Amino acid sequence: MTSTPSILRPRTALPGTRGAGKRHYGTHIFLTVMAVMWMVPLGWALFTALRPKADTDKYGYFSLGGAFNFDNFATAWTQGGFLRYFGNSLIITIPTIILVLLFSSMMAFAVSRVSWKFNITLLIMFTAGNLLPPQVLATPLFEMFKLLQVPYWFSDSGNLLNTYLSVILANTAFQIGFCTFVLSNYMKALSPDLTEAALVDGAGLWRQYWSIILPLCRPALAAMATLQVIFIYNDYFWPLLFIQSGDRLPVTTAINNLQGTFLSNYNLLAAGATITVIPTLIVYIALQRHFVAGLTLGSSKG
Amino acid sequence: MSSTTDVRSDHQAAPPAPPAGRRGMPKNRRIKRLSRTDKIVLAVMVGAPTLIQLVLVWIPTLLSIILSFTRWNGLSLENIRAAGLANYQYVFNDSPAFWPAVQHNILWLLFLAVVATPLGLLLAVLLDQNIRGSKIYQSIFFVPVMLSLALVGIIWQLFYQKDNGLLNFVLGTAGTPQAVDWFGDPSVNIWAALIAATWRHAGYVMILYLAGLKGVDGSLREAASLDGANAVQTFFQIVFPAMRPVNIVIIVITIIESLRAFDVVWVINKGTNGLELISALVITYLVGEGQSIGIGSAFAVILLVVSLVPIIIYLSRTFGKESKS
Repeated sequence: MTSTPSILRPRTALPGTRGAGKRHYGTHIFLTVMAVMWMVPLGWALFTALRPKADTDKYGYFSLGGAFNFDNFATAWTQGGFLRYFGNSLIITIPTIILVLLFSSMMAFAVSRVSWKFNITLLIMFTAGNLLPPQVLATPLFEMFKLLQVPYWFSDSGNLLNTYLSVILANTAFQIGFCTFVLSNYMKALSPDLTEAALVDGAGLWRQYWSIILPLCRPALAAMATLQVIFIYNDYFWPLLFIQSGDRLPVTTAINNLQGTFLSNYNLLAAGATITVIPTLIVYIALQRHFVAGLTLGSSKG
Repeated sequence: MSSTTDVRSDHQAAPPAPPAGRRGMPKNRRIKRLSRTDKIVLAVMVGAPTLIQLVLVWIPTLLSIILSFTRWNGLSLENIRAAGLANYQYVFNDSPAFWPAVQHNILWLLFLAVVATPLGLLLAVLLDQNIRGSKIYQSIFFVPVMLSLALVGIIWQLFYQKDNGLLNFVLGTAGTPQAVDWFGDPSVNIWAALIAATWRHAGYVMILYLAGLKGVDGSLREAASLDGANAVQTFFQIVFPAMRPVNIVIIVITIIESLRAFDVVWVINKGTNGLELISALVITYLVGEGQSIGIGSAFAVILLVVSLVPIIIYLSRTFGKESKS
């Protein structure tokens, strides 16, 4: 921390300069050490994944000997059935995001652009709901889904368990609160004149929402959509709870089973884990700005 | 777009556009101006999300409370029997896993609060200066935030393994009797899991503080340095207090994350053998053999009651001013 004194100065004194003064050496050493440590776990997984099992058996995992190739990825992909799991992730993620954004933007519009009695109360209820640990409501939700009879053409279990819909519903309900909170803050900051003018022109509420407010919220919606892709893709809990048949699990929940499938073949397990990281990395590289904006916009996220 | 809108709005005197709801009298007029169609539209816009929220979040939460006073095997509704406080008596007096779980949850909170969160703050402060490669460092620290906690568990499993994990190789114990099974040994696995959780949490805190630091008025710092304060003083006496809204958010996030902790321990060993957590106990009693919904619900209610503390702090901070004005 000896280098801290120089930290705050460049920006306040000379806002424009990209200073890399010599007094930052300590900072750089610290950050480099931390960054290397930060990369070790993922790096080790990737390193293990790139080496054939035969070579690691021969030379040991902690060695450089032997070949490096992508064979483990190909094997993990087919043996692990990743295509199916990614498909499941897609089936769950896309409808959830559409539902979350639709419902939360409507709710946010109603509480932030129209005045009526209970808008703050409802907003508090929505925000609080998102902050609860999911385990608090897991048991009753599980029993409710189990007791709800649905036709067999819809679900082979005769109830909502073991369906994609159960996971979509739980995720939607849980995420609406968060998005409503963020979007309502965003909408509140938009000038009231925007909709006043439309009101004078006789535009109804729906048109104010759909043609005036929503288009203006595009940056916030993009940020929320990106954030939700990651949240839903990464959701481990709801599928674990609701989905019993392995072939309907999304990839995040399914990889845990691979620990059994790839028993003691750590090279395959590492390859499987790396494959699972790839979609998030793509989103990260392509949409990093939206993701970070989403997180900071809604730093309420629990 | 300004990514700090939310973070900053709290300490700026007034938001640019006062929300319609705060304007007293015109309130009533506005709703009366709505046409019949508009009222129907409004009812749908509010009704659909509220119904989802009630049916899938709040009613189940209430049912958890009710079920915690019953005995039920989870099979048919007719089997539900009132049990009074028996489940809570069992939890507090007889359940072998409850007190370890409480300890672990507290440890989880302390570790995040004392290690992970300050580390994230330190990284943010260091990266907030215009040092070369700041973006690259940020990206590296941020990658774990994008990963699911379940995946974090698996990745660290590879690192922590007894015979083939990197850590034991580096320590030189791999393959010897001294090798530690970091996730398996009940005397160390909670610490190993906490380091894995820190790997993710610190990056998250860093991102939020980076946004918070950008929102601090530069002239505050200038004034402090003119007064002869050094950077450490400036930070602790000026910058850190000025980030109060962010600090509150981060305190709340840290508490809630430690109550929600579940995925990592479930991936490792389903929250047993040194890794008991209250959240995991809820699920153990739901899916485990000899289902006991009542006891599981009692754990859920305990979790709920504790969670309400940070939730209420946060809500009163966020909405308190709004409803007063």
